[in-house]
Amino acid sequence: MKFGILVNEGPYQHQASDSAYQFAQAALNAGHEVFRVFFYHDGVNNGTRLTVPPQDDRNVVDRWSELAEKHELDLVLCVAAAQRRGLLDADEAQRHGKDADNIAPGFRISGLGQLIEAAIQSDRLVTFGD
Amino acid sequence: MSEEGIVKKLMYVNRKAPYGTIYALESLEVVLIGAAFDQQVSLAFVDDGVYQLTRSQNTDGIGMKNFSPTYAALGDYDVRHIYVERESLEARGLTVEDLMPLTYEDEDDDWAEKESLRVVDSSELATLMGEQDVVLSF
Repeated sequence: MKFGILVNEGPYQHQASDSAYQFAQAALNAGHEVFRVFFYHDGVNNGTRLTVPPQDDRNVVDRWSELAEKHELDLVLCVAAAQRRGLLDADEAQRHGKDADNIAPGFRISGLGQLIEAAIQSDRLVTFGD
Repeated sequence: MSEEGIVKKLMYVNRKAPYGTIYALESLEVVLIGAAFDQQVSLAFVDDGVYQLTRSQNTDGIGMKNFSPTYAALGDYDVRHIYVERESLEARGLTVEDLMPLTYEDEDDDWAEKESLRVVDSSELATLMGEQDVVLSF
């Protein structure tokens, strides 16, 4: 089966990202396809490479990056939600005159159309959030 | 901008109050972008989400943008089916009279203006949800 995954909450504050990660991993291990993971609302905060969690805790952001590299996962942050919350890639930072970017490896920033496309192209869209 | 001719039944479920959190505003942004994909779209308003459609919203006191006029424009985005759960209205002391009029123009009927909003009870809404290919819940 082909899954689309929507993550609507940020890391650590909420379990949504953990559950989405575990779901994605289980689906891939079972031979399913993950068409895309789309991060919306505070979910875009899963894509900052600047988190520094305690060493004895899981690293939610790195975990997504590693899963993306291993399975060529498409991890997409909504551009409008990301800009509001200070998530920028190098191009966006330059365009808006900001002095830094913070997007983590394996993530990219794109529009909400990518969510709708995932909903249309996937057999199931699974939402994680409140 | 259809996806290789795929047309799915897509319902946006709005459950949160319009202010207090950003879910309602960002949900509306998805609906507006999604309109370009030519899918069979409907919106449902349940729980505190019914407050999103109330008339005469005034956000002066909280310093936030009043985005409620956008709902009235949904008809121009070809959104023709807006369901409001009766039980959610009743639990909050609201009636349909407290909600904004929401309409669309039907091009198959000489552009007659028609109601988009329909109050449905929870069992009917459950049936409608069951008929969807995709439910996006905000």
